[in-house]
Amino acid sequence: MESIINKSTEVLVEKMIQKAIGTAAIAIDNLTISFKTPKGVYTAIKDISLTVEKGEIIALIGHSGCGKSTLMGAVSGMVKATEGTVLANGNKVTGPGPDRGIVFQNYSLLPWLTVYKNVYEAVDSALKNVSIAEKKELVEKNLKQVNLWEHKDKLPGQISGGMKQRVAIARAFAINPSILLLDEPFGALDALTKSTMHVELLKLWNLDNREKTIVIVTHDIEEAIFLSDRVVVLNNGPEATIKEIVDVPLARPRNKKDIVHLPEYMQTHDRLLNLLIDKFSIDDIQ
Amino acid sequence: MLKKCLPAVYFIAGIAILLGMFDLASWVTAKNQIPIPSASKVLSTLYSLWKDPFYDNGPNDKGIGFQLLKSLITVFKGFTMATLLALPVGYIIGSSKTMMRLLNPVIQILKPVSPLAWFPLGLALFQASDKAAVFAVFITCIWPTLINTSLGVSSVPADHTNVAKAFGFSKFKTITKVYLPYSLPYIFTGLKLSIGIAWVVIVAAEMLSGGAGIGFFVWDSWNASSLEKVVAAILIIGVVGLILDKIFSALQKRFTYTA
Repeated sequence: MESIINKSTEVLVEKMIQKAIGTAAIAIDNLTISFKTPKGVYTAIKDISLTVEKGEIIALIGHSGCGKSTLMGAVSGMVKATEGTVLANGNKVTGPGPDRGIVFQNYSLLPWLTVYKNVYEAVDSALKNVSIAEKKELVEKNLKQVNLWEHKDKLPGQISGGMKQRVAIARAFAINPSILLLDEPFGALDALTKSTMHVELLKLWNLDNREKTIVIVTHDIEEAIFLSDRVVVLNNGPEATIKEIVDVPLARPRNKKDIVHLPEYMQTHDRLLNLLIDKFSIDDIQ
Repeated sequence: MLKKCLPAVYFIAGIAILLGMFDLASWVTAKNQIPIPSASKVLSTLYSLWKDPFYDNGPNDKGIGFQLLKSLITVFKGFTMATLLALPVGYIIGSSKTMMRLLNPVIQILKPVSPLAWFPLGLALFQASDKAAVFAVFITCIWPTLINTSLGVSSVPADHTNVAKAFGFSKFKTITKVYLPYSLPYIFTGLKLSIGIAWVVIVAAEMLSGGAGIGFFVWDSWNASSLEKVVAAILIIGVVGLILDKIFSALQKRFTYTA
């Protein structure tokens, strides 16, 4: 009897501790990032606090140069925090790690490696303690998921922009990170390809039982609403802060064609538009 | 059909102009003690030289093939040693600002020096004239390779280095999969420049060192008052230089990738 009580209290305590440290996938606390420039210290973002739950998709949106990518860089570990902390899965971020997969703005494929090798070298480096056979299997599985297996021997210069970005996404997924960070991933793609990529990204997220946490930097309102659960709007930099966090009250799975007619969609769209833009017609320009 | 033949037509016309100029010079200098040879004489000399390129009548009378081979081997030795030194040093300079600042003045001072100025130093060091020639080629080949390698390494875009950083590439993998492939076109540009200058230098160095080689052959022919051999050798030197250049241009093209 006593042991049972002990056991249950133990579980309870453990749960409380977990709650205290946070089960959040990402916990950003009072984050400030400054850069030294020849003209002096430039503070990109200031006192930003944000918590992202496991399995959540959030979009960071704001004007060019507002510090979206800097904030993303702090989570990925590519940019060092000046003040404050970032926790990823409860661990303090000190550099890039295999628990966070990154998809860069310009695809960032190595042009001298084939599609296959681009993914393989990343997997090979990021995953220690995994056999070569397993690594090969992972590469194959992820390239097949983005329908690029038949193009595996091509060089990045021989495939289209949309295909390149699918390789970059396959590369990020292949190391099976719990957090996926996408920095304006579809910015260079045409509208039609972009639309397909949105659905493909969500498909991959679904295939993984929606367990991956995704942060996506964008300046595209429609993209932000279609993909995310919450949209984090940043003020203009320097010293950018969070202006507002807008919830996206749309059930999943979402249908691109249908949701645009929902009143919730229009409300969210309007809200974001108001937050981001203050000039709507030529009368607003002085 | 006509378009395909056009380069060949231009080539033949260009050569004809060159030979014509020789004939003109030969006509003008006909009354000199040693007249410039006519084109037909040069061509027949070229033919006789190439008919038996590998004869060996003792140390001072060897076929043109042996002379060329000797020069190519000297260039190859100096070039290889210089490359082995210049690649890693170029990498270090390209990846470290401190090393760049430290070594840049040295390079800037030594680069414009004629390689032949190093020849006596080579003689003193190795006590042998053929080794001194290798030394002169070695010094020649260092600078273009060094400078281009460091330029390549220092200009690797952040897009590529970020991949290495984000996925935790090891130092070795970062060099072999990112820095080296990106720098290869730069490196081959450096190698192409190096071998080009080396081929220029070797002729002069062999005139100084004597004994063997295409440069020696030119000087020896002059001493024997055989200008048609000198001119024939000039043409051969030119063609070999062109071939060397084309080889490295092809390599450079082969290893240039666009994203």
